[in-house]
Amino acid sequence: MAKQLAFYVDINKCSGCKACQIACKDRSNLPVGVRWRKVFQYEGGEWVDQNGQMIPSSVYTYSVSSACMHCKKPICMDVCPTSAISKRNDGIVLINADMCIGCRYCSWACPYGAPQFNEELNVMTKCDMCQDLVDKGERPACVESCPYRAMDFGPLDEIREKYGTFADPAPLPDPAITEPAVVYKPNKITKSSRSGDGRLMNLEEL
Amino acid sequence: MTQNNFLTKALNDTVMTRRSFLKWSAAIGGTAALAGGVDYGLKAIEGAAAAGEEQTLTVGCYHNCGGRCILATKVKDGTLLRIVPDPTPVEEETPESPRAIPCLRGRAQIRRVYAPDRLKYPLKRVGKRGEGKFERISWEEALDTIASEMKRIKDTYGNEAFYFNYAWGVTWNGPDGSSIIQRMLSMFGGYVGYYGTYSEAAYGVAMPYITGGYVGNSADDIVNSKLVLLLGDNSLVTRAGGDNGGYWYMKAAEQGTKFIVVDPIMTETVAATQAEWIPINPGTDVALIAAMAYVMVKENLYDKEFMATHTAGFDENTLPEGAPRNSSYMAYIMGKGYDKVEKTPEWAAVITGIPAERIANLAREIASIKPCAIIQCWGPQRRAYGEQFVRAVPILAAMTGNFGIPGGNTGQLPGGGYCPMGGIPVPPNPVQVSIPCFMWPDFVTRGTDMTVEKDYIRGASTGWSATAGDTTTAQENKNLRLKSNMKFMWNHGGNCIINQHADVNYTRKVLEDDSKLEMIVTVEVGMTPSTMYSDIILPGTTGFEVDNIITGEGHGIKGNHAWAMYNHKVIEPMFEAKDDVWIAEQLADRLGFGEDFRDGHLTRDDWMKDMVAGAQSSLPDFPSLEEFKEKGIYKTKGGKPFVGFEAFRADPVANPLGTATGKIEIYSPVLANLKNEEIPPIPTYIPEWEGVSDPLREKYPLMMMTTHWVARSHSTFENVDILREAHPQCIWINTLDAEARGVKNGDMVKVYNDRGVVHIPAYVTNRIRPGTTNIPQGAHYTPNADGVDTRGCGNTLTNYRPTPMAKGFTAHTNLVQVEKL
Ligand code: SF4
Ligand code: SF4
Ligand code: SF4
Repeated sequence: MAKQLAFYVDINKCSGCKACQIACKDRSNLPVGVRWRKVFQYEGGEWVDQNGQMIPSSVYTYSVSSACMHCKKPICMDVCPTSAISKRNDGIVLINADMCIGCRYCSWACPYGAPQFNEELNVMTKCDMCQDLVDKGERPACVESCPYRAMDFGPLDEIREKYGTFADPAPLPDPAITEPAVVYKPNKITKSSRSGDGRLMNLEEL
Repeated sequence: MTQNNFLTKALNDTVMTRRSFLKWSAAIGGTAALAGGVDYGLKAIEGAAAAGEEQTLTVGCYHNCGGRCILATKVKDGTLLRIVPDPTPVEEETPESPRAIPCLRGRAQIRRVYAPDRLKYPLKRVGKRGEGKFERISWEEALDTIASEMKRIKDTYGNEAFYFNYAWGVTWNGPDGSSIIQRMLSMFGGYVGYYGTYSEAAYGVAMPYITGGYVGNSADDIVNSKLVLLLGDNSLVTRAGGDNGGYWYMKAAEQGTKFIVVDPIMTETVAATQAEWIPINPGTDVALIAAMAYVMVKENLYDKEFMATHTAGFDENTLPEGAPRNSSYMAYIMGKGYDKVEKTPEWAAVITGIPAERIANLAREIASIKPCAIIQCWGPQRRAYGEQFVRAVPILAAMTGNFGIPGGNTGQLPGGGYCPMGGIPVPPNPVQVSIPCFMWPDFVTRGTDMTVEKDYIRGASTGWSATAGDTTTAQENKNLRLKSNMKFMWNHGGNCIINQHADVNYTRKVLEDDSKLEMIVTVEVGMTPSTMYSDIILPGTTGFEVDNIITGEGHGIKGNHAWAMYNHKVIEPMFEAKDDVWIAEQLADRLGFGEDFRDGHLTRDDWMKDMVAGAQSSLPDFPSLEEFKEKGIYKTKGGKPFVGFEAFRADPVANPLGTATGKIEIYSPVLANLKNEEIPPIPTYIPEWEGVSDPLREKYPLMMMTTHWVARSHSTFENVDILREAHPQCIWINTLDAEARGVKNGDMVKVYNDRGVVHIPAYVTNRIRPGTTNIPQGAHYTPNADGVDTRGCGNTLTNYRPTPMAKGFTAHTNLVQVEKL
């Protein structure tokens, strides 16, 4: 069995620009409303009165770029009534458009909101880890696109060896649910999904 | 991936169906009369590349971002497939010369080319100006009409009725762009030019009066800094991709350089460099600087020797001859100046909103951690008294001993290397008058009344020229006058007619009366609010449809290396789009000087060969045009980072600055001569109109800025659907201000002042100072039937009131009220 492939994102280097999301859309010609890669903007802290002057108290923000995590326990696959979702040897989780009946169970089940319904095609779609590029030995479009080199990609064990095992920056869910094939490098203010005290800010996600 | 879904979809679209266009038409009350076929995209399929073969070719990301990154484009059967990053192999990437990985805007370029609102054919206005009624015409008719109107207007009013408007949609490329049109207009007898920019007018005009020029350390030098103090700099947004400022800031942050950012907004730059954020009240940086200088003097923390030998007017001992007593900066900050107020941290705290203790500590930090780069960006100078900010920041660089050293800076933006290319020769403009670019509506309404003393009109200018910002020369030529008001405007890939200019509702009024400005010609690729106000619209080509040569911008934002790029024609021009060289030639023929215009240049290549020859004259290893086309990219070797004014620091007598005294002129004798309270000889805190202390805040309590937005380069890319989706247009408002108005994140709000009304979603965040709001600039003005802008064009609310000295745009100085809708 080939090694499970995985994404890596360094939160220290991410500006939240969404070049990764746009590169993904460019590569896969995705319409508005279908976001295989999303970048969550997370924010916390407050403004307080200090002797009559307003000052920020622990105001922080960071961005979390996330796509399908090609999980080790893909719950999307478990709930699909037509078995349209499969997992390749190298861990890439794929939706077979011909078998998809558009029931959306997978998108409700997936804690990452990764499956995205394409109204035009009337099928569920999602990140396929740029399998065509990966099969040619190239890196996924999003990984290649980051102007600040925040992303990496490779076999999960190698990624973990290089970067550690942290996988749950807030607002992402507890990794125990699906065992995502992903590693994040937190910055000094990153909260974990269990201690997140901030809020998700993205207007397009509201 | 042989078929581009987006293109397929576009095939079914016509200009008529564009939603915002229809909204606009409805608003103005007319029926859209755009003629247009349904063959969208057919041209693209004819193809430049051989059938079936996938090619990867370089195209420059050119528009007015400054970055000009390298886009490699996959193309097959004449159809653009996707963008991939700079094709330089990863192994060849070095720290000095990184690959130029484009930002999100560059990655979305294909959707700009295949945008449903691409202009397909020449159009002429048939309704009232601005009403949105156009008719398709042939190129023949379009060019004939323009030529005959040009002749008529010249005969009636003379060449001083012609204006080439400030516009940068096609920038830093050749042979297309402004120069080729200016060449044509010059040969026609000339036109009134402009000087300055909408971006950095105050910077360009005022900086020479303190440092004699526009010189900072190169961006790659920032990795040598221990501490970086950014004032209003959000390079991670403005130059987000490639090997530009943002890249170098991130590099420095990664290796442990500490960043402190003074900005009303916790910007992307604050977040990503893990900076300390010092939220300041907008427009009060000069007070902060004065207080920090005060602390350094009180605590004896500044470089006294440097100030004595290298500066003029810092204290009474170095005041230039003839300056009155107590007119030095020292007198000003220590309470002996004109206002007799000590510039203590407590004084500044009230104005800036920054606690006094933090101000004092910041002064101590920048005075003690070396090297420290103190960098100003252009946001804080696009304000009521922008010139004061520009001239204040270098004082800190000088006092802290960081002026002219590696890892320090001159208090300016990074500067440095660029790749010199030849350009299109523009003959001297026979018309010897130019105006500050921002003041063009005055040229329409009262051009002949504009004066040197009040309006700072000047001698000839052929375009952007920072150091042309010479208020003194202009003063010597006091009798300069325009012989006509503006009657003809050429708008070349620009959106400053309506959208990017201040106070849209006023500008509309000026333009709707077409007895004043009689003809507006616009060359554009897509519909914009400015094309809506044009009389003849010519469909231009995007960078993907023509061969061009692209160079990086000369501000050293790429570090001390540079590159030039061969921009390949990868697809045929869409529909009837034509390139600029062809347009200019056709008009030159009709105006009777075609042969002189061509001057032996029979093909595009002939112009490009000249450009290459220009490069070869200073770079002996620059390849021939053919080789250059083959290779795609030429990169200069990354040298040592550039250090601004290093020689001056070493020996100020042998290497004087270009100021009157040859020193860092904190007191400018030239400015003193102007005797204008709003242009004092030393950088002075002047409370702003519509600023933090304006009593008008009782009616309009919130300050509003209009900053750059990562999804757009000004208004370019506004029509790209996936960029709009990725970064929805919104007004930033602090949680406390929102709560007081019952507004929650995502709610629609009404933003208004006496100048206009905008409906826009609220982004309720703690990342902006209470009392301050921000509408990112560049969204296309889209009025409804009541004249309310429904898209969020900040300029519906901005003020057509220029800065005192540069006559620059004061885009960030506005007061508004916000209400829940
Ligand atoms: S491209 Fe890089 S910096 Fe931008 S959002 Fe994606 S991961 Fe973050
Ligand atoms: S992220 Fe969601 S869609 Fe992707 S594999 Fe995991 S559960 Fe399935
Ligand atoms: S791997 Fe490919 S499909 Fe998945 S998010 Fe990245 S670019 Fe999109």
